[in-house]
Amino acid sequence: MSRLKSLEQVLSAGNLSRRAFIAYASAMGLAAAVSPMAFPSKANAEGPKRGGRLRLGLNGGATSDTLDPGIQLAMMPQVLVYGALANSLVEIDADGRPAPELAERWESTPDAKKWIFYLRKGVEFHNGKTMDADDVIDSINWHLKPGTKSAAKALVESIVSMKKEDKYTLAFELKSGNADFPFTLSDYHLVVGPQGTDLSTGVFTGGYKIKTFEPGVRAFAVRNPNYFKSDRAWFDEVEILGINDVNARTNALKTGQIDVMNRCDLKTVHLFKRMPGIQVMRQDGFKHFTFAMRTDMAPYDNNDVRLALKYAVDREQMVKTILRGYGRVGNDHPISVANRYHAGDLPQRQYDPDKARFHLKKAGLDGATFKLHAAEAAFKGAVDAGVLYREQAAKAGITIDVVREPNDGYWSNVWMKKPWCAVFWGGRPTEDMMFSTAYAKGAAWNDTFWDHPRFNELLVSARAELDEDKRRAMYGEMQRIVRDDGGVVVPMFSADLAAASDTIGHGKLAANWELDGFRAPERWWFKS
Amino acid sequence: MGDLRPDFVGIEALPGDLAEAVLGQSATPETVAAFRKELKLDLPPHVRYVAWLGAFVRGDFGNSLANRRPVADLISWRFANSLLLAGVTALIAVPVAVILGILAALYRNTVFDRLISMATLSTISFPEFFVAYILIALLSVRVALFPSIANINADMTLGQKLYAICLPCLTLAMVVTAHMMRQTRAAIINILASPFIEMANLKGLRRLRVVVLHAFPNALSPVINVIALNLAYLVVGVVIVEVVFVYPGLGQLLVDSVSKRDIPVVQASGLIFAATYVMLNLLADVLSIVSNPRLRNPR
Repeated sequence: MSRLKSLEQVLSAGNLSRRAFIAYASAMGLAAAVSPMAFPSKANAEGPKRGGRLRLGLNGGATSDTLDPGIQLAMMPQVLVYGALANSLVEIDADGRPAPELAERWESTPDAKKWIFYLRKGVEFHNGKTMDADDVIDSINWHLKPGTKSAAKALVESIVSMKKEDKYTLAFELKSGNADFPFTLSDYHLVVGPQGTDLSTGVFTGGYKIKTFEPGVRAFAVRNPNYFKSDRAWFDEVEILGINDVNARTNALKTGQIDVMNRCDLKTVHLFKRMPGIQVMRQDGFKHFTFAMRTDMAPYDNNDVRLALKYAVDREQMVKTILRGYGRVGNDHPISVANRYHAGDLPQRQYDPDKARFHLKKAGLDGATFKLHAAEAAFKGAVDAGVLYREQAAKAGITIDVVREPNDGYWSNVWMKKPWCAVFWGGRPTEDMMFSTAYAKGAAWNDTFWDHPRFNELLVSARAELDEDKRRAMYGEMQRIVRDDGGVVVPMFSADLAAASDTIGHGKLAANWELDGFRAPERWWFKS
Repeated sequence: MGDLRPDFVGIEALPGDLAEAVLGQSATPETVAAFRKELKLDLPPHVRYVAWLGAFVRGDFGNSLANRRPVADLISWRFANSLLLAGVTALIAVPVAVILGILAALYRNTVFDRLISMATLSTISFPEFFVAYILIALLSVRVALFPSIANINADMTLGQKLYAICLPCLTLAMVVTAHMMRQTRAAIINILASPFIEMANLKGLRRLRVVVLHAFPNALSPVINVIALNLAYLVVGVVIVEVVFVYPGLGQLLVDSVSKRDIPVVQASGLIFAATYVMLNLLADVLSIVSNPRLRNPR
């Protein structure tokens, strides 16, 4: 049976055709035992159906949430705004590629500096107005108005000018070439609302219209009959409940009070999988946990110290213990297998106490103690991960002292302040966004204070490169540089686990954000 | 008003402010500064306190710092929810506790008395969330009698709401019953040692009549006090039950607001909690006086 299970895994990873699988399974005499869940395409064959009320129970809602697209800090408003109420110019499809949404198509100059976006015609806002180029310009300027608190400000600041060529054509000029500009415009902050209105009222172009929104508690939206996509937004109504306690979410799904939950409890998800009527969905996205060393401070300014600590962590055990197997080992750089230019050929760094000892000795720091600052606020299990790390490093003769920090104020008092601390990263859909956010010289969240000339140079040239192969080579080299010189230990990438009633149908899940790229309300349906 | 200064000073003393707490990992110096300026967090604390106090005296609770909604809007319906939960729980728990207390006193030191004491004391000894999870596991997952989450909203009818809050009410009732029941029992037993009870017994009255009509009215005063304390707890202290059952009450809002340093909401919630305690204690005192002829008719 375990052989069959592993076969199912291979199949769902896409490394085996359905035909080959059946041939293999029947050779094992087990065809009847094959779980129907192994063939998600079967569900698709039934085709989406309209109707019903989708009830989502989500972790990540607070009474301080707003509908303002610039301040989308928690999952509940993110799923509500980006997944139900609104659209961006570009969306990310299930394979991680940019696809047309409010823009029909786009083109750029060879240096990727000027972009022209052709907007879809006849798109109507919830208030009845028809969308045109002015609305898009206004919505992007929302993130630039004086005194803005928008998290997308840094993204849109790369735009030098926006020009309306005609009613449905929009020309962008960028500060410097950016081949990933369509990705930038797919950002969940950059949704489009009607010109001259307050975007925090929830009036957008999306498949559902907001009825009630009580921050952190409940949101309720009904289907927009004039939605411009006919093959999306299948539900009549969408109800999002803020349920922060994982047991409450689990029980609510088990007893049928909600249809979908996010962030399953890793400790009990194996029991969940065995329950009839429940499907567990796994997405291997960009989310990763790091231990960031400040390379501008002793002793972490010495690359031998950094290497010693990188060799002293047993990644397999971390994934097994801290993530209970729901994740992948990291290779000391932040690019995930879900990214386009992930360097799969880069050798995986292994746990090697001898090499760790060697590098520490080379740095002349035998017997030194390294203080690792961690708190549960950094990521779930961060303190345990620190303690595990301490035990693993002890075998290499390295002493790590895990300092437990308070959860309160972790991000303002510990992160980017202490020389070595645990960090959570949601990751980014493109290599450029990830590296520019946290590894470029002088970036606001460069939490290792790292400055590598060759890396910084590659970052700029790769950004403007439209040739796929050249870009792949550059990003490959950058991943190697971060791995061998960067200030960050990346022991693991964490998978996202969600669960739903098996009456919910869906296609291949996009990995850019949780719950099918935040888009469960738009993309999923009830089977019958 | 004395309650508010400690609230304010306490929140001020916590590390960080709303801007940092709300933005979390995504805080940049720039956005934090913009936040602070907009919310006037850059002004010194005493200036903000006096401004708040001035507005409050005029009946204006101000706006939440975190989502800019009026505090009154945030609090009013949650407070109504808290009162609903407390009220329904009290309707179940108080009669049960008093009747069990009287019965325990009536049959004191029998197997029955010990059984009640043991049962109620065990439910009070378990933490609330444990009782809650056990009830969910039994009555919601094993036998699908009641919903496991009680996320009531304004669109529901009273009947739907009452059905939704069955389990949280049951949990809270189990937690508060023991205290009131023990107090009733002790008070009655105390009275049963008085000479006038001996007189009643010597007259040959039935034990039930002695306990209910002669002893219980004289034991009312301590019982009322302990009931008032428990009611106050039901309104202000049930945040764990609210979390487990996803109940939109005031406790959850207060906890959220403290962690986000949302001072106006914390102040207003603190005020309501303090007022609840004061009013219930006042009510208990008034009822004690009403129930006691000696206090009612001073010589």
